[in-house]
Amino acid sequence: MSEKTIELKNISKVYPGVRALDTINFEIGRGEVHCLVGQNGCGKSTLIKIMSGVEKPEPGAEIYINGELCKHLNSHISMSKGVQVIYQDLSLFSNLTVKENIAFRDNIRKKSLFVNWKEVDKIARKALELIDVDIDINAKVGTLSIAQQQLVEIAKALTGDLSLLILDEPTASLTGKEVRSLFRVITNLKNKGISILFVSHKLNEIFEIAEKVTVMRDGKIIGDFTPSELDHDRLVYLMTGMRELYKQPKPIGNDYEVVMEARNLSKNKNYKDISFKLKKGEILGITGLLGSGRTELALTLFGMNPYDSGELIFEGKAVKWTSNREACAAGVGYVPEDRLNCGLIMNQSIEDNLTITTIKSYLSRFGLINSGERLKALNTKVKELGIKFSMPEAAVKTLSGGNSQKVVLAKWLLVNPKVLILDEPTIGIDVIAKNSIHTLIKSLAENGMSIIMISDEVQEVLQNCHRILVMSKGRIVFEFTPDQITDKELLEKFNLA
Amino acid sequence: MKNYLRGILKKNEFYLFMIMVLMVIVMSAINPNFGTLENGFDILRGTTFIGICSMGFLVVLITGGTDISFTATATVAQYIMALLMVSNPNIPVVFVILVPMVIGAVLGSVNALLINRLKVPVIIITIAMLNTYYGAIQFFSEGEWLYNFPEWFADFPRILLITFKNEDGVAYGLTSLTAIWILVALVTSVLLRFTMLGRKIYALGGNQTAAGREGIHVNRIRIFAHSFLGLIAGIGAIVHAMVTQTAAPNAIVGQEFNAVAAVVLGGASIAGGGGSVLGTLLGVLLIATLKNGLTVMGVPAYWHQVFIGLTLVISISVTAIREKMAKKNAGGINVES
Repeated sequence: MSEKTIELKNISKVYPGVRALDTINFEIGRGEVHCLVGQNGCGKSTLIKIMSGVEKPEPGAEIYINGELCKHLNSHISMSKGVQVIYQDLSLFSNLTVKENIAFRDNIRKKSLFVNWKEVDKIARKALELIDVDIDINAKVGTLSIAQQQLVEIAKALTGDLSLLILDEPTASLTGKEVRSLFRVITNLKNKGISILFVSHKLNEIFEIAEKVTVMRDGKIIGDFTPSELDHDRLVYLMTGMRELYKQPKPIGNDYEVVMEARNLSKNKNYKDISFKLKKGEILGITGLLGSGRTELALTLFGMNPYDSGELIFEGKAVKWTSNREACAAGVGYVPEDRLNCGLIMNQSIEDNLTITTIKSYLSRFGLINSGERLKALNTKVKELGIKFSMPEAAVKTLSGGNSQKVVLAKWLLVNPKVLILDEPTIGIDVIAKNSIHTLIKSLAENGMSIIMISDEVQEVLQNCHRILVMSKGRIVFEFTPDQITDKELLEKFNLA
Repeated sequence: MKNYLRGILKKNEFYLFMIMVLMVIVMSAINPNFGTLENGFDILRGTTFIGICSMGFLVVLITGGTDISFTATATVAQYIMALLMVSNPNIPVVFVILVPMVIGAVLGSVNALLINRLKVPVIIITIAMLNTYYGAIQFFSEGEWLYNFPEWFADFPRILLITFKNEDGVAYGLTSLTAIWILVALVTSVLLRFTMLGRKIYALGGNQTAAGREGIHVNRIRIFAHSFLGLIAGIGAIVHAMVTQTAAPNAIVGQEFNAVAAVVLGGASIAGGGGSVLGTLLGVLLIATLKNGLTVMGVPAYWHQVFIGLTLVISISVTAIREKMAKKNAGGINVES
């Protein structure tokens, strides 16, 4: 049996106008946990598509799976040779049971006319046993959490011959405990001789589970490394070709007033005993893993999730907002985590999206919109934030991740809030746009805006905040300033929390 | 055993059954004529046509689609069958049965072919076909009613499989037509529960993208589903003609809502991916029982639609509320530690 599960030689892929992959040579060893890293648009998705047979490489390419040269690869053939991909938008039927989902592919392969429910039961139990996971096989998949659904997908992949399991950003929506669970399963599979390739940009994961890391940039492979050869700064340099320069935010004077204060805020099943003070011009970071109650708290501060007990004091007055309209009127803005569904109306124009919060201020005497005024406001912000687009009427869904996030920010900046809450502001955005947004946030704070930044990216929080709160299971468990801790120590605190 | 019983309690069908039992008790109390076995069989006979069509509609709904042209399909199938019988009184029975089924399947499949080809919403296509088929039959028939069918056509529906005699000595019981309904229900149930084709139908309704990825021929499944509905509508057309002993171009169209309401009441999801034969049967029976009860109680016919509409709204609301509560009680963060 071959030592290498998959070997790619001389892989190139050209789309009209762009060379997505340029002479790639790549291999994964048997039972190896391999991580693929690179910015958005570097070619990692294309590489995965080629490995799974969804796309064909340019002539001259050689693909060996388990030592066998595969001349014409398509998705069915690659699956039969043991290559399976688990996409971010899982391929499960939420209306069917776990056992039926797991056995589905097998049943289709067998081309049977009738369903043997006993067989289905057996296949499902065996697959779940292989990864040592306990899920009710009769539960409808739609009732499971994302983490459990992911495990069902992995079990499904095991019903055939599995040599290489490709996971695309698998931990994007998992809590800390669930990530541990997934890693345990990955180790389990690795010990059975199955190779794992996963795409991730979360450094703590790469350091924890990967044996080899391949860095890509602009369609080329920059190099293969072991985790010990890398650290955050080196990785960023390899991914972008630039040294990341950042400045700590300007310190705040002691005499600055407190803009927002929480005293023992509690809400059943959301968070408990939250207390903090937010000063004018301060950037307060809130971090913690998914499921720690951060977003629930943020929504309360924005009026959308009224608290049960405790006090919230805004500009000296006790408030209990019951709608975001009240919070917005008082001067609080919120940039949501789910940009696509909650931050923007994808099919509407950039202009419409940007001016939606302040639309009333462009109305003329008869209540009609004065488009001149609106365009002026749009152009000011576009210049300020450096948003790149073709024309204001273009739908916002045509923008890149970084640019569309800037539209969301611009929308809230037009309101001129006193407190701006940012929930995962740079998620899914490439490093250069990230930097641009961070610089903007710091300048906003310098000009007097108070900012609450929620993020689970350790580096982002340490480099951009004056103070950091760590939340876990609905409570604040640690509080410190960036100079008191290094990123490795902060990560450890995450794991303990 | 305990878990099995608890499982039943959770099911939608259980609640439907309970509501029906409650309805029967209340209405029998108001009018003793209602709660008799004879009335029960009467209800069954009256709703056989919609009952049969609902089975076909259920299958299409599960795939995530919809098709309200089935009444027009049934009309065309029925009329052509009637024409054949009237012009050839000695026509073999086999043809009389097969012709409407084949016509139904073909007309149904046209919907699927158009849906597969065009990027137009499904409901628009089936509305268009409803109008096309209906308009065509109106035109070619010139509104003429057909009757005087062969004797066996009139005799068959009178056959009773289970017979009782009432106090006046008149026989009543389970008619052959109702038996056909039960047969259709059984076939549909086996299809949905035990065949891979049936499971693919559920899969398609659950997640079309995933279905494509798993190698399901989405277009073929759709053609099957709509053809199946057409074929079932053809069977319904035969049954309908046997009950009324006429074929009228305008008799069937307009009853689409009854099938839709029954299927949705029975727990099938409008978005597709869910639904069962048992649920649909209960939905059909509930509506039929309600209608019959209202008639027996002397409520004017105009009000029947109102009651059915209200029942539907209440039933959907209850399901929605129960789902909301389930979501609320699940999840959340365990803050207590």
